[in-house]
Amino acid sequence: MPDSQDTLSSPRPASAGASALGTAAAANSPAVEFRDIDIAYGKFVAVRDFSLSIAKGSFVTLLGPSGCGKTTILRSIAGLVDISGGQIMIDGRRVDDVPIYKRNIGLVFQSYALFPHKNVFDNVAFGLKYRDVPKPEIVRRVGKALDMVRLPGTEKKLPSQLSGGQQQRIALARAIVFEPQVLLLDEPLSALDANMREEMRVEIKKIQKETGITAIFVTHDQEEALSMSDRIVVMNAGAVEQIGTPQEVYETPATAFVADFLGKANMLPGTVTRSGQGTAVTLAAGQTVNVVPPKPLAQGGKVTVVVRPQKLSVGTAAGANRLSGRVVSASYLGGSAIYEIDIGGGTLIRANTPISGRVFGEGEAIEVGFDPDGCVLLDEGGQRIS
Amino acid sequence: MKARRKEEGRWAWRLTGFITLCVYIFMFAPIVATVILSFNASMFGGFPMTGFSLQWYYKLMANEQVLAAFRTSLWIALVTAAVTTAVGVVTAFALVRFEFTGKQALSTLVIMPALVPETILGVGLLVLIKAVDQPRTMLLLVLGHILLAVPYVVLITQARMVGIRRVYEEAALSLGASRFASFREITLPLLVPAVVGGALLAFTISFDNTSASLFWRPAGVETMPTQILSMLKISISPEINALGTVMILVTVGIPLVGGLILQSLTRLKRRGQPTEEAR
Repeated sequence: MPDSQDTLSSPRPASAGASALGTAAAANSPAVEFRDIDIAYGKFVAVRDFSLSIAKGSFVTLLGPSGCGKTTILRSIAGLVDISGGQIMIDGRRVDDVPIYKRNIGLVFQSYALFPHKNVFDNVAFGLKYRDVPKPEIVRRVGKALDMVRLPGTEKKLPSQLSGGQQQRIALARAIVFEPQVLLLDEPLSALDANMREEMRVEIKKIQKETGITAIFVTHDQEEALSMSDRIVVMNAGAVEQIGTPQEVYETPATAFVADFLGKANMLPGTVTRSGQGTAVTLAAGQTVNVVPPKPLAQGGKVTVVVRPQKLSVGTAAGANRLSGRVVSASYLGGSAIYEIDIGGGTLIRANTPISGRVFGEGEAIEVGFDPDGCVLLDEGGQRIS
Repeated sequence: MKARRKEEGRWAWRLTGFITLCVYIFMFAPIVATVILSFNASMFGGFPMTGFSLQWYYKLMANEQVLAAFRTSLWIALVTAAVTTAVGVVTAFALVRFEFTGKQALSTLVIMPALVPETILGVGLLVLIKAVDQPRTMLLLVLGHILLAVPYVVLITQARMVGIRRVYEEAALSLGASRFASFREITLPLLVPAVVGGALLAFTISFDNTSASLFWRPAGVETMPTQILSMLKISISPEINALGTVMILVTVGIPLVGGLILQSLTRLKRRGQPTEEAR
């Protein structure tokens, strides 16, 4: 860690001025904390009222479509973007006025950004060199980092002599070798081809676990987010839609946006036709389903029933809520099949279901169903009823 | 019908080739003539050749005036190249990497000397110097040359700078390098081709500048081009052909050699690390 940090109101016990309160705060303060962050480019507000606390050693993903502000937030932690309001704390220390090169964060870019004129050793050693680490120690730690990303012995190569996946592994080694407080990953897998992406996904997660580093990962790929994260922050248009574990955001989406963005849920609008015990919703498509609302619903209220394709089953296996329809398209995937089913009124339902018995063909009549507790209810404003 | 069209096409090609040839002859014949005639044994600087001789080169070497002019031009060009490159690189960096008010205006102003006719610039600077009642000095001459060369260096460096992605600098900053350190360690090395190219161009622009130098040079000082002009006023001696050949050698040779050195440098670096099958 650079010595300069001591001068910057560090709450470490070493500095005489630090109060007992400050010391305690550092010990169990979150790795990164955002307090009401606003970020604007001129008149365009990229992020508004963003608050988030990230626990030490956790893997947090910012997930959202392009332009939702996720990369802007990541860059604000690094100090590459100035915030126009609020506070960012790293390890309990306010960093608004700390320039990027004193923040001690590791950054991995989508485009690798390895220095093209420096070989692998000099690339990985770059951060250590600026932390006044003695030469033999640099050699040792670079070697260790290269072992960790499974590319030992590549010290003398130039980045251009490595494949995309190898370059990104070197970039990862470069970002973690100096043991930063936070590792920031800006869509690090997007430039890789599909096979390499899966491999790197596992690798990044493994290295993060081994080193125990706090990682913040930005992606627009829901699969990456679901498979890697301890927590997912789903963002849209500069604001947070939902924060939760992968299972929480997938199974109980807080808003219509989350339901749709993560895994293309079936959204079936309808009206509450019976309330109380055995609440029933009559869908716009004409058929009625039973639901289990977390709180009593008023009769005649407009709701949207959200069902994941995986929660639907077809034919004789169909769950309690049975809807009859006609197969519009069927894709056979070996172990499972994906059906698009017209349940009347032009409403299409997507079902992704294990194959039991026979595969239905296009145009066939089919029964599709789900359990009453296998769905989520949204109110008229697109918010989950809870 | 088809054959005729083919025939027409062939003639069109021949005509294009012929015109191209004419253009090249028109461009290079004077240069070739100068070089050939510089080896002529005859007393008169023209055809026909009467024999091969190096006497005009010997005479040139003995001509103190010419040697003085050569030295003057050489060091003016060297100073111009050094200063212009430094100024040009910093200006280009600012213009590409930073947003500030008046950026567009500065960008236009910097390029302006390349657009304004040299004679106007020459007179303009002279009038300015007279207005503030200063004598014409070597400093003025060098500053003038810098003024003339800066736009080209800025343009070359700017073009290269745009191609260097900002993430490299961002990566260096995130790893702990200060802004200056990241410029020195990352941006500048990646800019090297533009820096070398710009320096060579600045050298050439200064070395063979004639019209502006005529206005700006202090009394009694001659640069190579002005020396040639004053020699021409007296007679067309074959010595001028020899001098012209030397000028061609310097202004064409130096950038050529510089380019070759740069190329072999990058090639050497690549050979140092044999390419291996990338997985």
